[in-house]
Amino acid sequence: MQYSESRTRNLRWLTYASIGLFIISFWMIFSYVGPERTQGEVQRIFYTHLGAFFASFVLFVVALIAGIQYLRTRHEKWDDLGLSAIELGLIFSLINIVTGAIWARPIWNTWWTWDPRLTTVAIMWLAYAAYLMLRAGIEDPNRRRRFAAVYSILAFSSVFLTIIIIRVRPDTIHPVVAGPTSTSEGIEGDFAMSDRITTTLLFTIFTYVVISITLLWHRIRLENRTKLIQARKMKLLLNA
Amino acid sequence: MSATTTTPETTSTTQPKKRRLRTPYFQVVASLAWKDLRAEARGREMVNAMLLFSIMAVLIFSFALELDRQAQEATVGGVLWVTIAFAGTLGLGRSLAAEKDKGSLDALLLAPVERSALFYGKMIGNFLFTLAVGFLLVFLLTVLFNVNLFRPVLWLIIVLGCLGFATTGTLVASMSVHARAREMLLPILLLPVILPIIISATRASTALLTELKTEDWLPWIQLLVVVDFVFLLAGFFLFDFIVEE
Repeated sequence: MQYSESRTRNLRWLTYASIGLFIISFWMIFSYVGPERTQGEVQRIFYTHLGAFFASFVLFVVALIAGIQYLRTRHEKWDDLGLSAIELGLIFSLINIVTGAIWARPIWNTWWTWDPRLTTVAIMWLAYAAYLMLRAGIEDPNRRRRFAAVYSILAFSSVFLTIIIIRVRPDTIHPVVAGPTSTSEGIEGDFAMSDRITTTLLFTIFTYVVISITLLWHRIRLENRTKLIQARKMKLLLNA
Repeated sequence: MSATTTTPETTSTTQPKKRRLRTPYFQVVASLAWKDLRAEARGREMVNAMLLFSIMAVLIFSFALELDRQAQEATVGGVLWVTIAFAGTLGLGRSLAAEKDKGSLDALLLAPVERSALFYGKMIGNFLFTLAVGFLLVFLLTVLFNVNLFRPVLWLIIVLGCLGFATTGTLVASMSVHARAREMLLPILLLPVILPIIISATRASTALLTELKTEDWLPWIQLLVVVDFVFLLAGFFLFDFIVEE
């Protein structure tokens, strides 16, 4: 498989752009935006936390679409897309969980608690880790692709649960940042955001989504390369 | 053997004019479930293992958690659902593996019937076995934990929870049965997906048993109904893709 010059150039530019965006967002987090009133300096990790969450969310949605598309069209490229998206989504949600734990230690006085939100995120992570186990366990490539697509659709139910749970469960202590909250105004965990915080937050989310798309592109190319090498090896072995 | 039991009427074409090629949908579901029940009634290998396992699990729980009366009321819901989930997983693995190893899965797939009907047939069998475990546990936990579980609402929760469990479980087990280490893979694949069911069933049971208000357990039952419905639909659409060869 030979890539066209223009595509490679586009990917290179996208990579430079995401590095640039990452540096700018780093600068925004640490110097443009001030410390939050009640939480102080530790709140700065929250931008990364939310950025990583949005990136993993986008990637899991991509995996869901790829799964549906694979079952419809049976084109291998959708399977590659699904696998790449889930691998990267796992990494981003791990960043999300770890940064959340670091934030929770001073704020909640514990690294981890069995809050509904935290529980569902842990389940989500496990479901997608199980996806990789399923792929590793099945040998027939066609069947592996089909089952992986089905399971990526099933596993998305955990993402859905994570999104809705803090909006339907009133007893969660996890703050609801985007959209309406079911808890009453002014309780602990509610963020009243200044303009600078909002700007930094949106910029960081944008940055992380761009980074995730860039990495996804690289990962798909890596997958294609691996397949190319395997095909050449097979050819060599058959000829010898 | 199973293929012949599913289509007794269509093969003996008593009405050649109509030429009904397909067995009615519900007849396929019913005969497949009936086949599973009869096989189990004769062999009893699955249900026995599941029941014995759940008795042992409950014994271990009651020794491990030596609790006072109040704490027992609060934990018995959790013990109930953890045991149902593990005993159910045990049975699910067997149910589909037996079908595949004897080659009867291929025979079922060759039958000119809707694939989703096969899914619902297998699901009903698994549902009834899981339900048997659930109701055994009602007796067992009432005795061993000294908490009265004879409440119609709790039985409704058990029925709904087992339905969701069996639906998702049949779907996932029909995938894991093709994998290399299938006994190991099934719980890993199944548990994250069924957690919405287990969580809402546990919360509803615990709220009910600790005598909380209706508003505290009713939302969980509603959630359980919604999740069950979603997974029943998912089975309808996704099972075709799993079994096609």
